[in-house]
Amino acid sequence: MNAFSHHFLYDFRTGLRDKSLLLLNYLFPLGFYVLMGLLMTGLNPTFASTMIPAMILVAMMACTLLGLPNPIVDAREAGIFRSFKINGVPALSIVTIPVLSSFVHILLVSIIITVTAGPLFHAGLPTNWGGFILVFVVTAFTFASIGMLIGVISPNSRVIVLYSQAIFLPSMILGGLMVPTAMLPPALFRISLLLPTSYAMNAWRGLAYGMTSAFDPVWSVAILLVSGVISFGLAIYLFSWDSKNRQSGRNPLLGLLAMLPYVVGMIILMR
Amino acid sequence: MQDIVVHVKEFRKVYDDTAAVDGISFEVQRGEIFGLLGPNGAGKTTTMETLEGLRHPTSGSLSIMDVNPVRSPARICALIGVQLQSSGLPGSMTPHEAMEFFCAYHRVRPRHDLLDRLGLGEKKSAQFSTLSTGQQRRLSLALAVAHEPPVVLLDEPTAGLDVGSRVELHEVMHELQKKGTTIILATHDMAEAEKMADRVAILLKGKIAAIGSPTQLTATGSGLVKISVSSELSSLASTTPQFPSVSQRLTKDEYVIYYSQDAGETVPAVLAFLKAGSDRLIDLRVERPSLEDRFLEITQPDNPIGDRS
Repeated sequence: MNAFSHHFLYDFRTGLRDKSLLLLNYLFPLGFYVLMGLLMTGLNPTFASTMIPAMILVAMMACTLLGLPNPIVDAREAGIFRSFKINGVPALSIVTIPVLSSFVHILLVSIIITVTAGPLFHAGLPTNWGGFILVFVVTAFTFASIGMLIGVISPNSRVIVLYSQAIFLPSMILGGLMVPTAMLPPALFRISLLLPTSYAMNAWRGLAYGMTSAFDPVWSVAILLVSGVISFGLAIYLFSWDSKNRQSGRNPLLGLLAMLPYVVGMIILMR
Repeated sequence: MQDIVVHVKEFRKVYDDTAAVDGISFEVQRGEIFGLLGPNGAGKTTTMETLEGLRHPTSGSLSIMDVNPVRSPARICALIGVQLQSSGLPGSMTPHEAMEFFCAYHRVRPRHDLLDRLGLGEKKSAQFSTLSTGQQRRLSLALAVAHEPPVVLLDEPTAGLDVGSRVELHEVMHELQKKGTTIILATHDMAEAEKMADRVAILLKGKIAAIGSPTQLTATGSGLVKISVSSELSSLASTTPQFPSVSQRLTKDEYVIYYSQDAGETVPAVLAFLKAGSDRLIDLRVERPSLEDRFLEITQPDNPIGDRS
């Protein structure tokens, strides 16, 4: 096995071994899925039709926004990245591997949800599996990149909570998980266009379920992809081995550029 | 011609407006154990971290085997093994995983035998956070030397270790030295530096205050000999007599300590005084100043053995 494989396997195992990561990667999203399956399908029968992508998005956000950034900040503050640097671990591996292992955790939870949601809760299955997988891959990459970016730019865990919750909470309410964004009042619909989940749900509805979407689902995928690429690029650019040695000119506020595709999307779509 | 592997020339590092290291120069030869000593904030860690490529010098030059750590960080990784002062490993990583992980990045076969050698064989599957401080330090040393680097930098390697672990670690250092490995050792432990280092540099406020072998440094101090005397009636403590060649006197516990320029004159006079007072000698020790005494003399000029000439 080469160094990258060792690193990836270690990082993946940490996601299962660390109790708080196990909770965020698996227990919380699966518990929430069962709860929503029991409650929401009774309260709102239309919820079942897009329950699978909605619950997959909860799993993505729990794993990437709530789980991924903390170990990055902890490792930087504890001098672990300095030790990695001295031993020849490249910055690219440190940024890429957690993104990949998060992707695998999300994939495993998503398989469980997709396989069981039909039999357990009469959830609707995708009519176009290719579209379903395409949107899954792009959205998982985008959320993992955003999570990594939050970890890279946050000086401590309190700031992580601030950034993560700024995306997580509005996404749960306005991001199209519980009700389609098209049903939101215009002002809230405009705000929802700043959230990745709105684009992901819109893309899944249009490309995987053959439902009417609020706007072109291909644009949704494009905006998600551009956001993911920008976030990943910024995470590499802004990465620092320790908090005392940030490279001059690389201001963490540059991380806000990751919002740019959504702002552009909102402006174009609201015209 | 001597084989110099570490060059530090006019190295200066400024944080904001404060010079942490202010123009130091030294060289380290192949196979040498070189000690960096100094009080907290003297610049030891900054010097070590700049040699490791973790910090950029403000001015001056540093190189290890002619490789500049700032310009060629990838090449420097293969040349150095580093035991950092802080843990430097994720809490959930096991010693076995850590050995596989770092050796994979160094492209060498994992040295699990080193874990056994350093008493970590039974703990190889335990998570790093569950290891004791001593076990963590031993693991850190095993990882630093696993890829057999020509230069090893150790930052406080024996801090928090029990006596057995300390002896084992010193043996490993000697073995490395015999193989030609150069070791730079930053430590607060003067006895360790005196025992292990071929040469030491004492850093003070970012400058080298003294450099040389421990023997040279102790010999170039004030030249005073330390005479410690304990007697049954403590007459030396109660009467403060004057003795020849004594420049300083202090009491510590049951001992009266004299710093003398000539022990041959002082000791007979002390014994004669005790005999005249019918006081019985319990203990008398004549010692040359240790590296610790010399260190205190340099770093705290008002200490009792300081040069008063």
